[in-house]
Amino acid sequence: MKELFGQFVERFSGLIIGDSQADRVVPPTGFTAWLTLFSAGAMAFLAVFALALSLATSRLADRWGDELARASTLRISAPEGQIQAQTDAALKVLKTTPGIASARTLTSDEQKALLEPWFGPDLPVERLPIPRLIEIIEEGDGYDADGLRLRLSAEAPGAVLDDHTRWRKPLISAASRLRLLGWLSLLLIGGTMAAMITLAANAALSANAQVISVLRLVGATDGYIAQAFERRFTLRGLMGAGVGMIAGVLATLILPSTDVAGGFLTGLGFQGWHWLWPLLIPLLAGAVAYAATRAAARRTLENMA
Amino acid sequence: MIELENVAYSYGGGELLSDISLRLQPGSFHFLTGPSGAGKTTLLKLCYGALFPTAGQVQLFDRDVRSLDRDDIALARRRIGVVHQDCQFLNHLSVEENIALPLTVSGRDMLNEGANLRELVNWVGLKSRAEALPPELSGGERQRAALARAVIMSPDVILADEPTGNVDWEMSQRLLRLLIELNRMGKTVMIATHDLGLIRAAKSQVQARVLRISNRRLQLAGADL
Repeated sequence: MKELFGQFVERFSGLIIGDSQADRVVPPTGFTAWLTLFSAGAMAFLAVFALALSLATSRLADRWGDELARASTLRISAPEGQIQAQTDAALKVLKTTPGIASARTLTSDEQKALLEPWFGPDLPVERLPIPRLIEIIEEGDGYDADGLRLRLSAEAPGAVLDDHTRWRKPLISAASRLRLLGWLSLLLIGGTMAAMITLAANAALSANAQVISVLRLVGATDGYIAQAFERRFTLRGLMGAGVGMIAGVLATLILPSTDVAGGFLTGLGFQGWHWLWPLLIPLLAGAVAYAATRAAARRTLENMA
Repeated sequence: MIELENVAYSYGGGELLSDISLRLQPGSFHFLTGPSGAGKTTLLKLCYGALFPTAGQVQLFDRDVRSLDRDDIALARRRIGVVHQDCQFLNHLSVEENIALPLTVSGRDMLNEGANLRELVNWVGLKSRAEALPPELSGGERQRAALARAVIMSPDVILADEPTGNVDWEMSQRLLRLLIELNRMGKTVMIATHDLGLIRAAKSQVQARVLRISNRRLQLAGADL
């Protein structure tokens, strides 16, 4: 294990620090360099958005899953003369129900705010026969919804309990699917980058068949020859992905911030420590470039033997 | 050192070499001759592990070449200096860098090897051309650079394939003197050539064994040379 770790450290430092003389042995190849830089940059740029999508949907699913699961709404629809009495009765029932932390009636302003997106501002709520809304916040393992409905039907017949289950489940499911799609996109981006770099590395190796033949003639091992290509493509992958990642992060910065309406698209981006996630993209791109070039070099050298 | 025992080599359905036995003793000097296409280059390639025999056994430094993996063969080649007729340089590197290539690939510290390198470049008469690129060299300069590259690791064996093929008589004599000088330093030398004049010129300066490939087999050539 210790020996393996030593080999890894030696290989990694060799890859990063390099050997200026060994680097010169393989001639620079223009188009493969640009192909690697461009594909790594473009893929890193796209990866930032896929990552942002995954993290945003993850946040959304958490919020819908946690916060909304803790809240329910009680709607009281009754004739004007009975509405206050039924509201008081319902509040009394709620206060004595285990698993409910608090229950409060929404104010006229809050109800106005809820209706504003549909009816516009200055809605005379108090003159409209709209139902009274009570916000319920749960605690612990929550309450027994069926039992509560039974009690409410006796004390406040106009009360309808909505525990958000109906619409929360498909939303959470949609958010989870989006998150999965985000991660799948990241995998596809990584795979595409590996394919592009393999293509570029194969082209570079084929273009340098004569160089490889000379290196073998003078006693170069396959490991030495492969490393010359691995280092070059890994550094190009790192560099291209670094530029692409910065561009992607700048692009997410200019996206509009979350508005009060909580629109999904306006919340697409990074929050808090999630800003550190994009830093992993160039490192992963470097690792993908290294693995792809190593596999291509080994295969080509085997075929050339 | 290098030993071939009943070696045969077939290519494209036809047998190119048959029942070849050869032993390169330390410090010996060999000429390998024969008409073009006789298999001189193939035999040299068998001697440095670039080709594997289709029958028989090739031993490189007491190890059967078939038991060696590619890295083992690479390490064995550091003990065998090869000079090709077409030289094979890396055209983007200077002459000096090309000569130093075996040191570079074996991970030697160039700071320590700098003096030896300069001395060698001087010895083959390429001091003024050290910074030139290979395509800028004449045929003779290329051959001398290839020879310098072949000997920089101080190999035990030097295999030269038509080293005087592209140079004039004067230059071929100069290259021959360099190879004889290396043999006097204790190196084993084998030169594949169809230039009988070169062999005659060498025989007055060095005790050389002349081998000829004829009808796929290796024979000792003698009186006619």
